[in-house]
Amino acid sequence: MADATIDDRLSRITLLTRIWPWLFLIVLLVFFEGWAQIEVGRSFLFSAYNVQAILLAASAPLLLALGQTFVIITAGIDLSVGFVMGLAAVTVAQVALMAGNTPLALALACIVTVIVCLFSGWVSGTLVARLNVPAFIGTLGMYGISRGAGFLTAGSGMTVSVDNPILAWLGSDWTPIIVTAILLLILHFVLSQTRFGQHTYAIGGSLQSAARAGINVKRHLTSVYMLSGFCAAVGGIIYTARYSAGAANAGESMLLDSIAAVVIGGASLFGGTGTVIGTLIGSLIIAVIQFGLIFIDIDAFWQFIAVGAVIILSVLIDQYKDRLARSA
Amino acid sequence: MSAQPSAKQPSVKLTSTDQSSVDQPTVEAPVSDKPLLEVENISIHFGGVQALKNVSLSLYPGEVLALAGDNGAGKSTLIKIISGVYKPSGGSLRFNGAEIELREPQDARAQGVETIYQDLSLADNLDVGSNIFLGREPMRRVCGLPVVDRPQMKKVAREVLAKLDIVVPERKLGGPVRVLSGGQRQAIAIGRALYWNARILIMDEPTAALGVPEQRKVMEVIKGLRAQGVAVILISHNLHDIFSVADRIIVLRRGEMVGMRKASETDGDEIVHLMVGDEYADTRAGA
Repeated sequence: MADATIDDRLSRITLLTRIWPWLFLIVLLVFFEGWAQIEVGRSFLFSAYNVQAILLAASAPLLLALGQTFVIITAGIDLSVGFVMGLAAVTVAQVALMAGNTPLALALACIVTVIVCLFSGWVSGTLVARLNVPAFIGTLGMYGISRGAGFLTAGSGMTVSVDNPILAWLGSDWTPIIVTAILLLILHFVLSQTRFGQHTYAIGGSLQSAARAGINVKRHLTSVYMLSGFCAAVGGIIYTARYSAGAANAGESMLLDSIAAVVIGGASLFGGTGTVIGTLIGSLIIAVIQFGLIFIDIDAFWQFIAVGAVIILSVLIDQYKDRLARSA
Repeated sequence: MSAQPSAKQPSVKLTSTDQSSVDQPTVEAPVSDKPLLEVENISIHFGGVQALKNVSLSLYPGEVLALAGDNGAGKSTLIKIISGVYKPSGGSLRFNGAEIELREPQDARAQGVETIYQDLSLADNLDVGSNIFLGREPMRRVCGLPVVDRPQMKKVAREVLAKLDIVVPERKLGGPVRVLSGGQRQAIAIGRALYWNARILIMDEPTAALGVPEQRKVMEVIKGLRAQGVAVILISHNLHDIFSVADRIIVLRRGEMVGMRKASETDGDEIVHLMVGDEYADTRAGA
């Protein structure tokens, strides 16, 4: 049966386009492992230090990317996450110091930080969902506002040092990785198994269809941007914990990494597709490229080129996948 | 859970729909067959534009009511009011005799109104089951956590498609509906409305995007629904479609109802004249 074999081949190619981020990650790891063994004489992957370093490097932009995944699935984008994370980093430090730097003060600081970031997300969401401001513009506005608010909160030094044993524990060893992993699992469950996740996809597929089906689109979109704000809050708190200081520009370099991770993970900026696990793989690919190039002693600037190339590649594969699905 | 549109009362043919009844259609129907829906003097304006002006109609179980009219005549506006998308500026809606204010589409749906829009209102990125249950997802518990019941959704998707004689390969059943054909997508939209027990089914240009065999299929489905006592409001540009299924035809022009005819007592020429207004004096008589 000629038809059957064509079908088989198509479904094999379709499968390939779906799992390519996994394969690409494996190829990267094999490549760096081989290079390390031959050139450096050490293992790249079979070292607890390296694994921890890669996961730590991946976890910071991943925290932002988790919220970003939901936003991008609704066909939006959140450009404010980087500086909201910075605002969170300085807010948690500043409030903890002002309240006396006790455990209770730290708890208060975390609550205040989360509220500030949820509010920022609420503003973005309201602009996008209720006032019909394009997500790109609305969150660009919040990018500026949170940037300014972050530096103003930090004061003259741009950073706020805070010495707190609980905070230090939160930022040490595997704790940031575990916190990220827990949030990742929760959000994976929410996106793939709950009505909230289902409606997130539906809105990204067709806002009008979702609204006609009785989904409260405005409220849902607002929640999605608030979720993104929450993830930025966690990212900021973890940052301050890791470095015992909050910096207003803590997340500046992570905005594009967070978007890149989501896109490499298979999400389309037109909305409707994307998964939390894909985003995880995307951020691991970025972290492995960044860490691996440093490990094999290649000029650090090459990492930007490599990550840029991977983003373009992933979008091309995504478009090919779509053509394939139509023809099948 | 198998929500099946059960056969309701036998279909009723309307007897009196002459010119004088345009404003308040009086219908000689058995007492047991009260109208499912009465639209009374509905008006709506957007800014300074009067989109509908004092439109009234009644809809009975087991009839197909066609809405005809040129572009901009107010057909879509009227069905959006009936399906709860727009709130009218004046007038009222009665469902089974009770006046009900529709604040959102869910309110209309609670009255058994299901709407199939011209664009089908599918989420193209989701599978068949997800679209049938869009906004009304069934839940089950796994380890105490509420999760979307995908096996149930898939099972219902198969049943709904089978009932409409639509074959979708198993391989595509779990994939996005955007890869399906126009007829298959139309079937999903119709199947969704049926699954949710539509008593009043509104169809906006259901055949516009279909090939001829698929158009016939849709017409058959409409006749089947009528036999089951479902009331269908059909918007179509295609007079052939209208005359092949409609019991009554209402013609709108510039937001006003300019005529109501029994399909068996009129013809395409008269409907077209009503739509474009050539018989000016005649058609204004009742308005």
